[in-house]
Amino acid sequence: MKTRVVGDLSGLDKHGSGARLVTWWGTIGFMSLEGMGFVLGAGSFLYLGWHTPTWAAGAPPQEVIWPTVFTAILVLSLIPNYAIMKRAQAQDNGTVRALLVLMSVIGVLAVGVRGYEFTQLNIGWYTNAYGSLLWVLLGLHTTHLLTDLADTIVLTALFFTRHCPTRRFSDADENAMYWNFVVIAWLPFYVLLYWVPRLGGG
Amino acid sequence: MSFSDIAGNRGERDHDLPEHELRERLTRTWATKAGIWGALTTVDHKVIGRRYIITAFVFLFLAGVLAIIMRAQLARPDNRLLTPELYNQLFTMHGTTMMFLFAVPVMEAFAVYLVPLMVGTRNIAFPRLNAFSYYVYLLGGIMIWVAFALNLAPDVGWFAYAPLTETTYSPSKGVDFWAQMITFTEVAALAVSAEIIVTVFKQRAPGMTLDRIPLFVWAQLVTAFMVIFAMPAVMVSSSMLIMDRLIGTHFFTPEQGGDALLWQHLFWFFGHPEVYIIFMPATGMVSEIVTTFSRRPAFGYMLLVLALLSIGFLSFGLWVHHMFVTGLPQLGASFFTASSMLIAVPNGIQIFCWIATLWGGKPEFKTPLLYIIGFVIVFVVGGLTGVMVASVPLDTQVHDSYFVVAHFHYVLIGGAVFPLLGATYYWFPKFSGRMLSERLGQWQFALTFIGFNLTFFPMHILGLAGMPRRIYTYPGASGWGGLNMLASIGALLLFAGFALLLWNIISSLRHGRPAPDNPWDAPTLEWATSSPPPPHNFDRIPVVESRYPLWAARDALPVVSGLAVDTRELVLSTVTEAHPDVLDTSPLDTIWPLLAAIATGIGFVASIFTPWAVLWGAALVGIFLIGWFWPKGTPEDEI
Repeated sequence: MKTRVVGDLSGLDKHGSGARLVTWWGTIGFMSLEGMGFVLGAGSFLYLGWHTPTWAAGAPPQEVIWPTVFTAILVLSLIPNYAIMKRAQAQDNGTVRALLVLMSVIGVLAVGVRGYEFTQLNIGWYTNAYGSLLWVLLGLHTTHLLTDLADTIVLTALFFTRHCPTRRFSDADENAMYWNFVVIAWLPFYVLLYWVPRLGGG
Repeated sequence: MSFSDIAGNRGERDHDLPEHELRERLTRTWATKAGIWGALTTVDHKVIGRRYIITAFVFLFLAGVLAIIMRAQLARPDNRLLTPELYNQLFTMHGTTMMFLFAVPVMEAFAVYLVPLMVGTRNIAFPRLNAFSYYVYLLGGIMIWVAFALNLAPDVGWFAYAPLTETTYSPSKGVDFWAQMITFTEVAALAVSAEIIVTVFKQRAPGMTLDRIPLFVWAQLVTAFMVIFAMPAVMVSSSMLIMDRLIGTHFFTPEQGGDALLWQHLFWFFGHPEVYIIFMPATGMVSEIVTTFSRRPAFGYMLLVLALLSIGFLSFGLWVHHMFVTGLPQLGASFFTASSMLIAVPNGIQIFCWIATLWGGKPEFKTPLLYIIGFVIVFVVGGLTGVMVASVPLDTQVHDSYFVVAHFHYVLIGGAVFPLLGATYYWFPKFSGRMLSERLGQWQFALTFIGFNLTFFPMHILGLAGMPRRIYTYPGASGWGGLNMLASIGALLLFAGFALLLWNIISSLRHGRPAPDNPWDAPTLEWATSSPPPPHNFDRIPVVESRYPLWAARDALPVVSGLAVDTRELVLSTVTEAHPDVLDTSPLDTIWPLLAAIATGIGFVASIFTPWAVLWGAALVGIFLIGWFWPKGTPEDEI
């Protein structure tokens, strides 16, 4: 059909950050659906615990030392993670690079502690439904941990090999946002998996 | 280097180019390359959307053939055409294919093709993810049908209740294939939903404020949110099921602290919104068709949008009505009865708005509108039986009987397939550049409407007479033979209707009348461009000044200039007001989504046979994803 030009958009920004970008919204979308997965996992844990009086029978309460160490690492990692978001928004290349290296190291450390945490569980996934959920929920969170670690390492490599910082800064910003999700999603699970069963006397 | 210097590298802008040169250069920038490589690497939402639609219709045909075979078996009492084992596989494959491989994907397919056009942008958000989602869906469908061909089909019904699905009772691999098929299709559906939400939020044409969004787009937006919050439930439950079967977990085994009812809760927490995930896009189609063929604005636009939103919320509070006979506490049952009845209110509001639109307009009864009339009649019947089975005492009587089979076919075929057929006639000219035959369309409508009611109305009576669903035969003394024969004859007519549609499509593609840009004088943006649209959708991005932009600007459509010509660039706008905000790039064609989908498929299928495949499959997918996201040095990636 016939058209008439009523405006010129050539002066618009060619880059943006945060909620101005589609990738930011896409990340929010995936965090929502994965968050729903966590909610349903927690719901299943509580449902089976409620319905089965012998829920964690035979299993002494889980050790909390290593999960607590893991949780502390994650919570403390929010500080450099927050700094990445701020420095990426300020387009500070050098600091973002250094912080990405730091976050990669923290990620590797967290994965290592998580791996040790698995070996300390005193019940198998095949023992009973409680063991199954404990392993699977921990596994679900570990998948997220590994995904974000892989993303952080690739992004770090990009920052050191490609010099088109504008797009990379929003990538770093969104990657940091996802790490916040990985940390925050863990906190209720820390309580649910390691402390709630103790409330019921094991 | 400042932003404007960098932007300069995206090449010339479209200001002073004459129209034919502008179209030619934009086509060159956005076109899918010719040949097999182009076909495998394309990220054009129209090409992917078309494939999605065709694939979904192929699955409809396959599942329809299964239905015909089942009706042949049930036509006479004591029939021995099928063995009970095969019959179990047939109804499982029929339901599974219709729900997971046809109904949800076909609605998303229409969204993939139409939403970017209707909001006035050049491609869907995350076009590579879109290509990936199609390949994953295709592979999942092929996997389950190959399993069926190898006599490894699931035979536990489309909702696969535990404990029947546990290895004790279903030792063959059929259930594992079923569970993995779920994972394939849900990954695809979740990906498309994220794309649709972001496309609608961020890529609307300048001026398309929230209250100017076409109702079809609203419907797809609400549906996408529902998918995001409902589908994880079935992914979680099918993953738990396959872990119970393959690595010895105990989610659904009561002897070890599990609970078979946990399956039903998780499945129906997905399964009931699922019905609305299929139905909501159909209501969007109804709104568009009713508006266009009534030649007036939709009556109660705001009410229709609010109805969509309230159905979206309420649909998450109904799932337990599938479980009334499982011995739930009475208070819970009462709550879910009330919520099940409550959802009839926004549905009723929608129906009244459409009738009012037709009443106040000058309706033209072309084929698309005929299907909408058929929809209103059939869906109201299905809705009323829905209100009936929302009541616990009645549900207890008719549970697992043919009454329920009649009810959900009235709702699903009446509520979703009739609008879908109307939509096929309505948008086919835009998809293909050809008009479908109106005469054949009317014949098809008559055949499908009569065939549908002949097939499914007698099932209400059969159900009330006590005929259970999922039985492969029944004794002659039951007295059910006559009505079953009638249903089987109806099924043949219904199938003939679909065969006529296929013929209409084939003959129209060859000899159909060429379609103009806007053959129906419709008001929404997809009709502002050529039929079929060019690879870049619009030569210049439209500016929206009204809810019905093509009716408001009959002489010339307002557009904006200033976009790059030789780089894939599109306009990002603000979420509520749709103010143009950023000129962002859109990804180029690439093979990585296909490779990543194949790796995903290998991982999923292999994990049925060895749990270690989850680990190496994930690593393989990870490698392909890095290849996918690693910048390739093009302006679209770098600038």
